Amino acid sequence: MSRLRELFARVRSRRRPALMPFLEAGDPGFEVLERMVPALVEAGAEAVELGVPFSDPVADGPVLQQAAQRALQRGVNLGHVLEFVARLRRAVEVPVALMSYANPLLRYGWERFCRDAKAAGVDAVIPADMPADEAQPLVEAARSAELDTVFLVAPTSTDARIRLAASASTGFVYCVSLTGTTGPREQLSDDARRLLQRVRRLTDRPAVLGFGVAHPEHAVAVADLADGVIVGSALYRALEGAPDPVTAAADFLRPFAEALQRAPS
Amino acid sequence: MTPTVLPDRRGRFGPFGGRFVPETLVSALEELEEAYARFSRDPDFQAQLTSLLHDYAGRPTPLYFARRLSDHLRLRVYLKREDLLHTGAHKINNALGQVLLAHRMGKRRVIAETGAGQHGVATATAAAMLGLPCDVYMGREDTERQALNVYRMRLLGARVIPVDTGTRTLKDAINEALRDWVTNVRDTFYVIGSVVGPHPYPRMVRDFQAVIGQEARQQVLEREGRLPDAVVACVGGGSNAMGLFYAFVQDPAVRLVGVEAGGRGLHTGQHAASLAAGSPGILHGAYTYLLQDGAGQVLGTHSVSAGLDYPAVGPEHAYLKETGRAEYVAVTDAEALEAFHLLARLEGILPALEPAHAVAYLRTLSQQLPRDAVVVVGLSGRGDKDVDAVRRLEGSP
Repeated sequence: MSRLRELFARVRSRRRPALMPFLEAGDPGFEVLERMVPALVEAGAEAVELGVPFSDPVADGPVLQQAAQRALQRGVNLGHVLEFVARLRRAVEVPVALMSYANPLLRYGWERFCRDAKAAGVDAVIPADMPADEAQPLVEAARSAELDTVFLVAPTSTDARIRLAASASTGFVYCVSLTGTTGPREQLSDDARRLLQRVRRLTDRPAVLGFGVAHPEHAVAVADLADGVIVGSALYRALEGAPDPVTAAADFLRPFAEALQRAPS
Repeated sequence: MTPTVLPDRRGRFGPFGGRFVPETLVSALEELEEAYARFSRDPDFQAQLTSLLHDYAGRPTPLYFARRLSDHLRLRVYLKREDLLHTGAHKINNALGQVLLAHRMGKRRVIAETGAGQHGVATATAAAMLGLPCDVYMGREDTERQALNVYRMRLLGARVIPVDTGTRTLKDAINEALRDWVTNVRDTFYVIGSVVGPHPYPRMVRDFQAVIGQEARQQVLEREGRLPDAVVACVGGGSNAMGLFYAFVQDPAVRLVGVEAGGRGLHTGQHAASLAAGSPGILHGAYTYLLQDGAGQVLGTHSVSAGLDYPAVGPEHAYLKETGRAEYVAVTDAEALEAFHLLARLEGILPALEPAHAVAYLRTLSQQLPRDAVVVVGLSGRGDKDVDAVRRLEGSP
């Protein structure tokens, strides 16, 4: 059984969503991330989403654009990201999903990427700018490498598109909470619960909410509907100026885990 | 032979094109595709657009026989005078079409990206005329080198939003416009200025610009009694070239030559020649030719011309290149500047620096073609916007 399937089986039986921090691969540097990921797991993370830096991240707001830019300035490429996951796997058992824009994957080669990612210990690939109808070569390569695929659905997605994304997703369905780019928001979008309800109605695949989730209350507010919650930009915001990013990341995530523990299931 | 009906239903020109965007935009693209299909068959919409192109923009544009340039080059050179259009470039053809479509679709706001500022000015113009608010994204570097156009847009009531991310040129202006559209997708229409972006934009922009080639083909037949030997246009994203080429694609005897920005020379890496020196990849919604590094990161570009300073190109050009139907070459900044002066001195026409690239390539063509061969050049815009930049580049007071 895949790590993700195991995780979401557990989530469904205990009725509490998994906490899934997002980290830009290569920012902070890999030697810091190698300590940060176990610290996040210690603080309650049950899966990790890693972003592959790209020069033109159109789905990202300023916080993650800057993180990607810093990673690229360090010279990070997809090969380095896979090597990092392989090192991480010695210490960490939680599922790791790679989110990437299409071009770095295309350039690496769909099949070679899926093979190498699987070998490195990656569990799933999440293409950020490749809807399921454009993703056939990646999906086929992922199937034969036994790598899970995750597609996004948005508040603007029609029912037909939600079904399409779900049918191409083996790991989970990534529910974009709002119409917009990634970035911390004060309020959880009204669209978030409506989208999760629609996804629940249309598919039994695990539904994970991301984009704009910035406060523990946001996670609690969807705890009855979501199988997982992704927190990215807000985590990076918390790292800004922190003397010890590893401790800062764990301190940021812990209240999310505690709030979810307390939330009525 | 090139099939007639492209793109296919998936927005592909052969392997190129498609719809590589965040999921949030897909429904909006489907809505746009449906609306565009409906209005392109709607006689009322077509009549309104035709009348605006005629009475407001100034179509048809002349096909001018450039006598002194022809003597100089020993060719018969015709200039398709898109520079004479309202707002000074071919961009108005597409902006009127898309803003009219936005208006018919009931969208409450339009946004655009711009490089040289001509598409921004054209969109601001059409938006003013149809009473829609307009925001234009423009790289900071371009706002500086095309300051006159920034002011023109503001005079037209548009808000110009300088973009400080990435290369601070057209590529990042498109990124920011896409982010705005992802955020405001429900009531905003994104007016893309070239034959780039996700399906249906490359097709729709081509269709709105195809009037250039339709007129030119008929005009050159009237004047010469035959088709030209070659048709030449500059290529950044490629909208004026696609518009000019499209009427000639089915005429195999007509050479189609796209001229890209060679910047400081292809060997320096400081250029914007994505077809002449790039490789296939995915950017801004389409699978097409890109300037990228070995890891698939998009490279910075350089061109003296802000309108050509873009690391990708429309997917239909990628297709025309791969099928061999069109050829793509590059000329340097210096050659383009020389052509700028040549046209000014010989014909009394100040071209924009973008089409100056097409004019520059005529020297090479004159060595390949027989004496008095007929060549149609897309003069996509006028050079007023570039006068300051040229003066600065050449250190004149």
